[in-house]
Amino acid sequence: MPENLIIEINELHKVYILGKTKVHALRGIGVRVRSGEYMSIMGPSGSGKSTLMNIIGCLDVPTTGTYRLNGQDVSGLTDDQLAKIRNKEIGFVFQTFNLLPRASALHNVELPLIYNGTSTGKRRERAIEAMEKVGLGDRMHHKPNELSGGERQRVAIARALVNNPSMILADEPTGNLDTKTGEEIMEIFDHLNEQGNTIVLVTHEDFIAQHSNRIIRLKDGLIENEEIVEEKSKE
Amino acid sequence: MSVASQWWEYFRFSYDALTANKIRFLLTTLGIFLGVTAIIVIFTAIQSINSYVKSEFSNIGSSSLYLSKFPWVITDNYWELRNRPEVTLDDYDLLKEKVETASWISPQIEAMRTIEYRNKNLEDVFTVGSNEQYVFTDNAEPEFGRFFTEMEVYRARPVCVIGQNVREELFKGRDPLGKRIKINGHPHRIVGVLKKMGSFFGFNLDNQVIIPYTTFQGISSHHRGISIAFRTDDPLLLDNLRDEIRGEMRKIRKLPPAENDNFAINQQTMLTDFYNKLTGTSYLVVFIIAAISLIVGGIGIMNIMLVSVTERTKEIGIRKAIGATRRNIIMQFLSESVAISSLGGIIGIVAGVLIAQLLLHKIKLDASVTLTTILIGYGFSAFVGIISGLYPAVRASKLHPIDALRYE
Repeated sequence: MPENLIIEINELHKVYILGKTKVHALRGIGVRVRSGEYMSIMGPSGSGKSTLMNIIGCLDVPTTGTYRLNGQDVSGLTDDQLAKIRNKEIGFVFQTFNLLPRASALHNVELPLIYNGTSTGKRRERAIEAMEKVGLGDRMHHKPNELSGGERQRVAIARALVNNPSMILADEPTGNLDTKTGEEIMEIFDHLNEQGNTIVLVTHEDFIAQHSNRIIRLKDGLIENEEIVEEKSKE
Repeated sequence: MSVASQWWEYFRFSYDALTANKIRFLLTTLGIFLGVTAIIVIFTAIQSINSYVKSEFSNIGSSSLYLSKFPWVITDNYWELRNRPEVTLDDYDLLKEKVETASWISPQIEAMRTIEYRNKNLEDVFTVGSNEQYVFTDNAEPEFGRFFTEMEVYRARPVCVIGQNVREELFKGRDPLGKRIKINGHPHRIVGVLKKMGSFFGFNLDNQVIIPYTTFQGISSHHRGISIAFRTDDPLLLDNLRDEIRGEMRKIRKLPPAENDNFAINQQTMLTDFYNKLTGTSYLVVFIIAAISLIVGGIGIMNIMLVSVTERTKEIGIRKAIGATRRNIIMQFLSESVAISSLGGIIGIVAGVLIAQLLLHKIKLDASVTLTTILIGYGFSAFVGIISGLYPAVRASKLHPIDALRYE
């Protein structure tokens, strides 16, 4: 079902020029992610994992190769066009939460809607809905520094969800959390996936990656192997 | 709706930034504050003095020409002007026959005289000897009573018209008409009282007496210097009138074509022109001073905005990742810099208005603070905010989201 592809990456190369040396971060990657899939990207540091994530997240563009996101070729877009794509298609969840420290939880969640011009009333309504989905209905007016790490990450997930993106892109979402809180966060992702959200997870922890349906492992800028996770190992 | 909510976001962004660094924010506004204060004080002062001066000048008939020995504004060598012949009553007798464009002509002899009524003395009263046409050449309508007549001038009747100040000092609210006052010992009957005229640069115009020039004591000699006022009822003919007076006067003086005039034809606009020239220069100087302080203030804002952009690199990264366009980022930082400069501007406007009122109160003038002045003051501050915020804002908008997110 090609019309259901969220991510369609072909022959992706990324070359960084650092002074006089060229660094080949990605050397020809092909990835396909269908709608509703739950995929993990793994790999040691220097494998090109972050570079791939940045390109999937439309924070960076490939040197060569094509990237179609939800049917649209995004490999050659300008900064502002990419910003709009990120706003509409992608919900980011970062390791360090990346919330605005001086804004309330609710305002942080509203932010993507502010940038796409949603009217004030509708924005508030959708932000509250997203906060309730992650179980933070009673913490909406707290500032990030008044919330625990797990709560902060839930705010970030609510922010990622609020605009109904094509996919949620999570970069080491449990990296700054203790094991128990990390498990709780992963349960939220699992639940979101059950509801039909497409999730791409970047991690170096195998037990985190086991939550997904499919794992791709990167090494030296290439996909080393791809593994389908069996249902039973998830529970 | 959506636009309004984005503006609200820009406002919140600025508000957060500014309240997070209150001291820095206030120090940064200082330059703008001083510049705007200077602009407001100066504009208000100049406007107040202007309106004062203009109202003073309006006391001189604007459509009259005054022939006299000296020009009102002396730019030539005074010692040469001093050697000019006086304008005399003989000249008046000749000119009134010849100058046809003039509707009214009045000779004017002036001196300070002491006036007596019963046992009361009033010293240094400005005494003018003229004819009945003075009413028109110098807008001297009596408030009550009448002006003296042509016949009274011709017959040298001892009559007079007095100013409001003379009436108050000598009659204290009683009816002065018909009473006799002594001007330097010579009795004159009061036939009229002039309207209140106010003052001309501190000189009390109401402290005067007008009498027929034929009764003006000490003017027996026709060689004493006077001035002659001419007025035409058609203001468009003012230039013709001037040419005609000049031509006739040159004939009377028998001046050869190569010789310069040895008399002056004065007009109210000479004074206003001179005044405008004088204030024009001070306007410029003061404007430059204010501009320099605003430039310094603007550099201060730019500097602080660059710091702010660096401090908020991570925040810029987050906003960009979430979908902020370059324009969104530029607008956010611009609204921050405009907020800084506007606050400086608003404090400056308040301080400027207060200082201007204090200063003008000292020299007994009413401060006229106009909306234009306030808008100019605010406009300047907002302009400086935009200009000095532009470069840091554009720089912020060009940050790459990945680099910005990684920044700690």
